[in-house]
Amino acid sequence: MDWQAFALSLRLATVTTAILLAIAVPLAALLVLGRGRWLAALEALATLPMVLPPTVLGFFLLVLLGPRTAIGRGIAALLGHPLAFSFNGLVVGSVIYSLPFAMQPLVAGFASVDTALVDAARLLGAGPVRLVTSILIPLARRSLLAAIVLSFLHTIGEFGVVLMLGGDIPGATRTLSIVLYNQVENFDYVAANRTAAILLGMSVLALALIYSKAQKRGAPGRA
Amino acid sequence: MLKFSLDTRRGSFHLEVECAFASDWTVVFGPSGSGKSTLLRLLAGLDRPAHGRIALDTRALTETAIGLHLPPGRRHTALVAQQPALFPHLSVAANVAYGLRSLDRATRAARVDAMLALAGATDLARRRPQDLSGGEAQRVALARALAPAPRLLLLDEPFSALDGSASDALLERLQLWLKENRVQAVMATHDATDALATNAEVLLLREGRQAALGSAAEVLAAERERIALRLKTP
Repeated sequence: MDWQAFALSLRLATVTTAILLAIAVPLAALLVLGRGRWLAALEALATLPMVLPPTVLGFFLLVLLGPRTAIGRGIAALLGHPLAFSFNGLVVGSVIYSLPFAMQPLVAGFASVDTALVDAARLLGAGPVRLVTSILIPLARRSLLAAIVLSFLHTIGEFGVVLMLGGDIPGATRTLSIVLYNQVENFDYVAANRTAAILLGMSVLALALIYSKAQKRGAPGRA
Repeated sequence: MLKFSLDTRRGSFHLEVECAFASDWTVVFGPSGSGKSTLLRLLAGLDRPAHGRIALDTRALTETAIGLHLPPGRRHTALVAQQPALFPHLSVAANVAYGLRSLDRATRAARVDAMLALAGATDLARRRPQDLSGGEAQRVALARALAPAPRLLLLDEPFSALDGSASDALLERLQLWLKENRVQAVMATHDATDALATNAEVLLLREGRQAALGSAAEVLAAERERIALRLKTP
């Protein structure tokens, strides 16, 4: 068992999930509460990574963050090293790749909150931030939990973006999915079985958590 | 004084009305679909008119010509709708306190108690909205709307779930409180008895247009006769 890769995968998923929440919650609130045709374009753009092949996304990010573009050169000058083939590069790729998986449950959850409640809060002086924190999030708890779990698991299991953007550097970019790929390539099916079982177990546990919470809490907060 | 001139469309419905409410208590009367709720939502700032102006005393709340539209929470206006829309994850007391964030804890608690007492809902303070009857929820919604001390109170058939005597008693207490606190009120209803009981200034709406504005006795004379005739009929 490659514990270093296991720890790296957990670290990558935790950091990615935290960043995704900070982006996806306000973005979903804007999409649900905002007005304007440009919101449809914004939602389409944020959902694009869901339908894009991961290797294609990884390739675009590799080029964008590499020395061939001004953005890549700027970041390298700022950090002292290029983002590609580093842990921070993986975080950037994971955040973009998993954004729709964090955003969509939140959009569905926020949209299911009765608009009369939103109107009542606005009449009582709630601004956008209070509206989200005191009304939308508490009433869409299950959607928030789904967004957290999906973001985390999607990052743990991602392969195409990680391989394209990060390669296979132990301790920096080698995640559990890469380890599994290497084990299969080396015909080490016993170790591959163990790694796959860990990834499967994490997914089942997380889904069980979502559904048990949903059953306990009943109707309010359902997505 | 509440003055407004509004012109707006919602699908095929067209609301076009220009009025000034001088009375402390005005009833907007009209059949379902005449534009009462649309008018109240515009006055509350929840919807924007295509064209128009709304002013409370000397303060403009909406003026489309200069792109002014104060958000609902900054208009000193409260709206109590037929659907109470209490926050289901908060207790009754927390619902009433929602609009009082700027007050210190003791003042906030005192205001919550006073508003619940006014609405006849003191014993409901610790309950959850899911555990309330329709009438109880409407009482709490009224207390919540009044708590931030609005200058304009909009009521959209707010006591429909209360029985006649309870509704009359609450209305009497409410009118007294509004007078003491110099709060102007506008109540939308399709029930002529509500309008006649308060002897208010009445705006009669028909298909989004002002059909009449005057005292209840004048504007609703035909309705009064119809009700009297119905009561006489064995």
